[in-house]
Amino acid sequence: MYKLYTFLKYSFVTLWTMFVVAPFLWALSTSFKDFQSVNSKVTYIPWIDYQPSLEGWKVLIKSPAKGGVDIVEPYFNSIFVTCTASLISIILGTLAAYALSRFTFKAGFVKNNDITFFFISQRIMPPIVLSIPFFIFLSTIGLLDSLIGLVVVYIVLLMPIAVWIMVDFFNRVPKELDETALIDGCNPYQAFYKVVLPNSIPGLIVAGMFCIIFGWIDFFFAFILTFTEVQLLPVKVVALNSSVTPWWSLSASALVSVAPLIIVAFIVERYLSKGNLSGALK
Amino acid sequence: MNLYANNLTYKLDNEFHLNDISFNFKKGNLYTILGRTLSGKTTLLKTIAGLINPDSGEIQFEEKEFSKIPVWDRNVAMVYQQFINYPHLTVYENVSFPLKQRKLDKEKIKNDVDEALKTVGLIGFENRKIQELSGGQQQRVALARSLAKKAKILLLDEPLVNLDYKLREQLREEFKRIFSRGFAEDTILIYSTTDPQEVMELNGEVMVLDEGKVLQTGPAKEIFENPKNLKVAEISNDPPMNIINGTKINEKINVETININLPNHLSKLENKNYCFGIRASEIKLSNKGEEFEVELAEISGSETLLHLKRGKTKIIALIEEVMNFKIHEKVKIEFNSNKFYVFGDDGKLISSPYGENNG
Repeated sequence: MYKLYTFLKYSFVTLWTMFVVAPFLWALSTSFKDFQSVNSKVTYIPWIDYQPSLEGWKVLIKSPAKGGVDIVEPYFNSIFVTCTASLISIILGTLAAYALSRFTFKAGFVKNNDITFFFISQRIMPPIVLSIPFFIFLSTIGLLDSLIGLVVVYIVLLMPIAVWIMVDFFNRVPKELDETALIDGCNPYQAFYKVVLPNSIPGLIVAGMFCIIFGWIDFFFAFILTFTEVQLLPVKVVALNSSVTPWWSLSASALVSVAPLIIVAFIVERYLSKGNLSGALK
Repeated sequence: MNLYANNLTYKLDNEFHLNDISFNFKKGNLYTILGRTLSGKTTLLKTIAGLINPDSGEIQFEEKEFSKIPVWDRNVAMVYQQFINYPHLTVYENVSFPLKQRKLDKEKIKNDVDEALKTVGLIGFENRKIQELSGGQQQRVALARSLAKKAKILLLDEPLVNLDYKLREQLREEFKRIFSRGFAEDTILIYSTTDPQEVMELNGEVMVLDEGKVLQTGPAKEIFENPKNLKVAEISNDPPMNIINGTKINEKINVETININLPNHLSKLENKNYCFGIRASEIKLSNKGEEFEVELAEISGSETLLHLKRGKTKIIALIEEVMNFKIHEKVKIEFNSNKFYVFGDDGKLISSPYGENNG
């Protein structure tokens, strides 16, 4: 019985892995092909089925004038916007979450839980609801079609995630830990950054990972709030057209746009496997 | 140079956590606060530490108004019942944390930390992470941290309650050794617990707390010999003192159709109904005794706790050997009537076997 279960389990995991990994392998393989290898017959394995070439990758960094698509600038734009917005969201979100977890707020009928829900409700709302207000807001303050404007908008999108994860995390850190720090001579700020923060690194990593993922994959706001000056990677990649840009370049651009997320996943996975994510505090 | 409090009151959700508490604790002494869970012990300690602001009342230390001094400047140390240490630091860093916070020089910190670790027996564990230690060791680290600080007020909030039986015994012995060593002339040590045995062993000044109110204060011996009322008698004994309703009729005490000869110390008692108190350990199995029915028998270590019933009277007897009893079995027991306490209808102590009542 147990053997059958193990067999089924591994069969399922194997099939699922193939299902998930296959498109990546296919894109990877295609990105090294040239015109001949794509159009003549079905080919899979480099050096055996076809002769790999770097032509598809070179197109990505060539300027449009030379027949390339130049995704370098949007790439760095995306990195800048995602990282800046994630960092600010984590800093603000962590402070907000600590306050919500440790202090009691009351304004009429509004209490801590209501404030927490207010943050999370920003994510419950369909993003399209926010598109017009954001558009008017950014155009009023003159930040439409700019990196800073996008950072501002992304903070609104990402901070609820940080608050949500960190409130939950801080609620599981015993209050006595802060109190002990106070008794041992820390003022409340020192208690926060000398004791609570170093013990919250696992939570910060998880929150940071989610912020980076959600920031990186956003297409909607990047599409609506930018025109010609600034372009983010998702918009650029989606705009590529197979009748102009060859398949091998499309594959390469798809791979470079998911690469950062794969790297983030590997870093976090290493951290997860150390068992450090929950063990520090009981 | 005392810790002095007057009419401390703290209410939360309309429930008293501290109800009009006053005390005057002197330096160099050990004070134990005895009370059941939720009696306000932790609230009181946190109030002294400054983590809780009382609704009313004043608290002074060294003739200074304490409530104006924030927690981090109060120079108190506290050990919690949960093992609270800094999980991201090593044992050495944990113990040195409050000293570094005071910006003492490195030499001094090293000396103080070594001394504290030596006192709690954790030499050689300096570079361990907290998670690598057992519960008992974690609590020792917390204790070492509070000792190294050389605080003027040391608060211990049920420090042994989360440890298993063996470790508790062992650490309790060490506490006695650490505290008795003339711990420090200018330190006030306040120790809270639910365990009467701990109170007796530590042998300090006792404050019995219930529902946020002080029921009795005095030396441990005094609490043991002359509990002011039924509540104190209940709280300060484990198992709780048996309370039996009975009537004094001339030379006899009548309890549930049993007649017990009147002990000498009760000869002046009026003929009336009383609550008689007797400790579980003063009830013995005896063939000459009266018949009771066994309701439950618990064996703990080398003792047997026998829950007995006769009519409406329920009592607990502590038999100092391991014996097996069947439920509903009839056993014969005898009361050591020389150890009878007498309480009035209002619950106040009328007479104690240890000399004339003071209540």
